[in-house]
Amino acid sequence: MKIGVLALQGAVAEHIRSIEAAGGEGVAVKRVEELDSLDGLIIPGGESTTIGKLMRKYGFIDAIRDFSQQGKPIFGTCAGLIVLAERIEGQEDAHLQLMDMTVARNAFGRQRESFETDLPVKGINEPVRAVFIRAPLIKEVAPSVDVLSTYNGEIVTARQGHLLASSYHPELTDDYRLHAYFLDMAKEAAAAKA
Amino acid sequence: METGTSRVKRGMAEMQKGGVIMDVMNAEQAKIAEAAGATAVMALERVPSDIRAAGGVARMADPTVLEEVMKVVSIPVMAKARIGHYVEARVLEALGADYIDESEVLTPADEVFHISKRDFTVPFVCGAKDLGEALRRIQEGAAMLRTKGEPGTGNIVEAVRHMRLITGQIRKVQNLSKDELYHEAKNLGVPYDLLLDVHETGKLPVVNFAAGGVATPSDAALMMHLGADGVFVGSGIFKSEYPERFARAIVEATTHYTDYKLIAEVSKNLGTPMKGIEISKLAPSERMQDRGF
Repeated sequence: MKIGVLALQGAVAEHIRSIEAAGGEGVAVKRVEELDSLDGLIIPGGESTTIGKLMRKYGFIDAIRDFSQQGKPIFGTCAGLIVLAERIEGQEDAHLQLMDMTVARNAFGRQRESFETDLPVKGINEPVRAVFIRAPLIKEVAPSVDVLSTYNGEIVTARQGHLLASSYHPELTDDYRLHAYFLDMAKEAAAAKA
Repeated sequence: METGTSRVKRGMAEMQKGGVIMDVMNAEQAKIAEAAGATAVMALERVPSDIRAAGGVARMADPTVLEEVMKVVSIPVMAKARIGHYVEARVLEALGADYIDESEVLTPADEVFHISKRDFTVPFVCGAKDLGEALRRIQEGAAMLRTKGEPGTGNIVEAVRHMRLITGQIRKVQNLSKDELYHEAKNLGVPYDLLLDVHETGKLPVVNFAAGGVATPSDAALMMHLGADGVFVGSGIFKSEYPERFARAIVEATTHYTDYKLIAEVSKNLGTPMKGIEISKLAPSERMQDRGF
């Protein structure tokens, strides 16, 4: 499975490393044409405002919506989760508006409140080490969204069909199970198409 | 639940990769920087070129500057403390700064000791002009590095020198045998374990940005070519004729640093860049890169 990592800004190399460790092929994506050959796409952590602006500038909004229309899986982590969301709390506009959820940015506070913890995730056996950095939260989800984990009662991992989102950074650890989970989603999507 | 772990502190810097961090002196400039696509802003009273012009002792900014900037932007806000001035750093941490720059741009408070940065929850970025300096700052707990360059000059030559030196030294360390590493650790004045890590991975254990003299989109792209993970721009934006244009252009050139057509496009009609200073015209006492070690 060939998984692209949107490489406008943020933790791109870490996601590529994690995808390869989980048995996939990881590539950096800087241009819309590069989406065509992919089986799945990761939108990494970074600064959502910056990533959103550059996505608009280079035509990624429509191109990724089209990618999603084809049923190809997309995984957003931290800033990537914000970029995927239908609604952003306290903001008029959102970015891709693909996943039916409302998210709150910087929901835990400033950097000094950033933390890591062991987090149970539905579909993964043992808890994953989750690194939350100025992390967002999922405040509301549509019934079609499956909640995969919560932290202090708030949603931090969710899946809606071929879309996956986490508030935290699985790419900053040596635990590749969430990336393997995403690779399975890409395999299922490819099989369904064939 | 653990806060302030090395992973949490270094992770924040990882999220800045491929981005541009801009110096701002007030809320209005911070909004311009955010709108242009900066991944973080550095809140300070004076940009480096003004610090040079003003002379005297340069200190941590008035907390009001930091608070005003934090109020208006949602991207991370950094602030500078003097080298070795751990009380300034504690004050910035208490105010909620997202990152502290223990910076040679300000007048050093301590000529011998840098801040013990491991003791803080907030992450630190420090300047370095060679591998030894870089690893000493990491040993003290820096979660991010930047080349020192020569701040406030708009002259990229020193940033290039420092980046080339660091990457060259890394290549050399990679090629040493294990028994040679002990001697090299002594030569560089760094802990053996950190040098072993560089030997094995071929890179620094934390993110390294370019800083000190970036004034044009091409300058930013050049530093990315030389291996920088991102770029700090100080005087280069708000000392140029049209800061909005310069800010946007430098962000785009950093993202697409190998796309020369795009860099040409974004470099058009930017107006006058900040006025530069030829390094040889600086008196030794005015060279900021020689502060710290």
